[in-house]
Amino acid sequence: MLDWFFVSPAESRLLGTARLGGPTPWVIAIMSFSIMLIAATGLALANTAGVLSRAIEARYAVELPGGGANLDAATNAVRSAPGVASAEAVPESEMRKTLERWLGQSAQSRDLPVPALINFDIRQGASLSVIQGRVRKLDPSARIVAHRESVGPLLQSLTLLQAVAFGLVLLLSAAAAAAVVLAAKGALDTHRFTIEVMHGIGATDLQVTHLFQRKIAIDAFLGSMTGGLAAALVLALLAGGAAFVGELTGGATLGIRDLIILALLPFALTGLATWVARAAVLRALREAL
Amino acid sequence: MSKAWQGTGLAGDVVGSAGRPVAAVSEFDSVGLRYGTGAEVLRDLDFRLRTGAFYFLTGPSGAGKTSLLKLLYLAQRPTRGRIRLFGEELSEAPRETLPPFRRRIGVVFQDFRLIRHLSAFDNVALPLRVAGAKDEDVEGPVREMLAWVGLADRASARPATLSGGEQQRVAIARAVINRPELLVADEPTGNVDAEMANRLMGLFTALNRLGTTVVVATHDVGLINATPGAQLIRLENGTLVDPTGTLRNPPRAPKASA
Repeated sequence: MLDWFFVSPAESRLLGTARLGGPTPWVIAIMSFSIMLIAATGLALANTAGVLSRAIEARYAVELPGGGANLDAATNAVRSAPGVASAEAVPESEMRKTLERWLGQSAQSRDLPVPALINFDIRQGASLSVIQGRVRKLDPSARIVAHRESVGPLLQSLTLLQAVAFGLVLLLSAAAAAAVVLAAKGALDTHRFTIEVMHGIGATDLQVTHLFQRKIAIDAFLGSMTGGLAAALVLALLAGGAAFVGELTGGATLGIRDLIILALLPFALTGLATWVARAAVLRALREAL
Repeated sequence: MSKAWQGTGLAGDVVGSAGRPVAAVSEFDSVGLRYGTGAEVLRDLDFRLRTGAFYFLTGPSGAGKTSLLKLLYLAQRPTRGRIRLFGEELSEAPRETLPPFRRRIGVVFQDFRLIRHLSAFDNVALPLRVAGAKDEDVEGPVREMLAWVGLADRASARPATLSGGEQQRVAIARAVINRPELLVADEPTGNVDAEMANRLMGLFTALNRLGTTVVVATHDVGLINATPGAQLIRLENGTLVDPTGTLRNPPRAPKASA
């Protein structure tokens, strides 16, 4: 399967010792670097979305618009309802502190009515209507709000960002493939004479293609690995400083599966470049007699 | 099939891909060639190259000799007519079927066509390697061939460091290294001195005696006369000047006027 790659020194001399496309390894290195970072971002976003989604999936809040007069009783009513894993009242001070972001010091004014909140997590099979019925006995204006409703737009944004990251990875891969096609065509032009001579003495298209395929595979491998290692270094620095993974993902990190995916990307890029080069060279050769 | 070569005696047979003996190395039947939309550079070519014969292709510059050779060594397809090579109709054969036929042909190009970044050794070894020979099977024959053309001590030299004559000899060594069934040479002695020209023609005739059909395009009447038994194909303005006489023995060189 890889016999085309392992050729004799004599065969490897056929296209000369100079690199094929000149800047090709560097272009591929930049692509590989960018793809790795974007893929890492996408994977981290996916992990963040997963963490958030799992965290809020079973989380709800009881909102008591009238304030905290019945807060303790309502909290106990929720906590004792079947299927409720935990329930905790949000202290009024915390509510006012949150409101300070929008209202300033006036948020601390006792004249300002502040709704009370009880956060609670449910287990599978819990009935929200039963819980709602219990708290409404204490405060008819009470209502239950799912956390996913408030965090939903954020999750949608994260999903969108993942899609953007995935799209960018595809775009960059396509750009890398295009660069390889250009490099292959340039190499064909550079070595047109050698190809004509080889065809003239009976070389098949596949024999000629293997020479170019091998050269481009080496270029692509060197470029992919260089870019991949640089990206790994950057990711390690960012992760080490907790600036990237920590702040961006709220604690979500890249797992083993993600790291394996990232480690495979340079090899995938090399494979893509080699396949594209082979197709481009074969196609170009078919135009000759 | 043209009457021109009907009844021509055959010096030997080659074997086609079907395993049957082939009467002629190459047969041209009403062949024409044009480049792009230009006028035909070759017209109505009808002839047959007998297996094991020695041919000189002559004619003035621009007569179409190189184009005819290109058709012979499968670098060009005819725009009309039929060409059979080694018993196979190849005018419209799919291109992927051509390499095995090309390996049976040795070509000496007018401009040598040596790969400049390869040594003389690697250039000569190229046909063997393309044919799949292993490195250990390449060394001996290539050294022997280089010695034969007087370049044993220049094996590692690149073409750019060789003289025109030396490059010509490397090109010839490359063309014959595979013991081709058909050897096509375009002005093969144009860049060598008389002694080397005779030596190279000696190589060609030796190959011819071993059964290789040889076609040499040349203007050199002296060379033609020095090759007894060779036959002449003369082209003028893209056509054979005397279709009924294309396979005759070469004329004597014109005597110098007293």
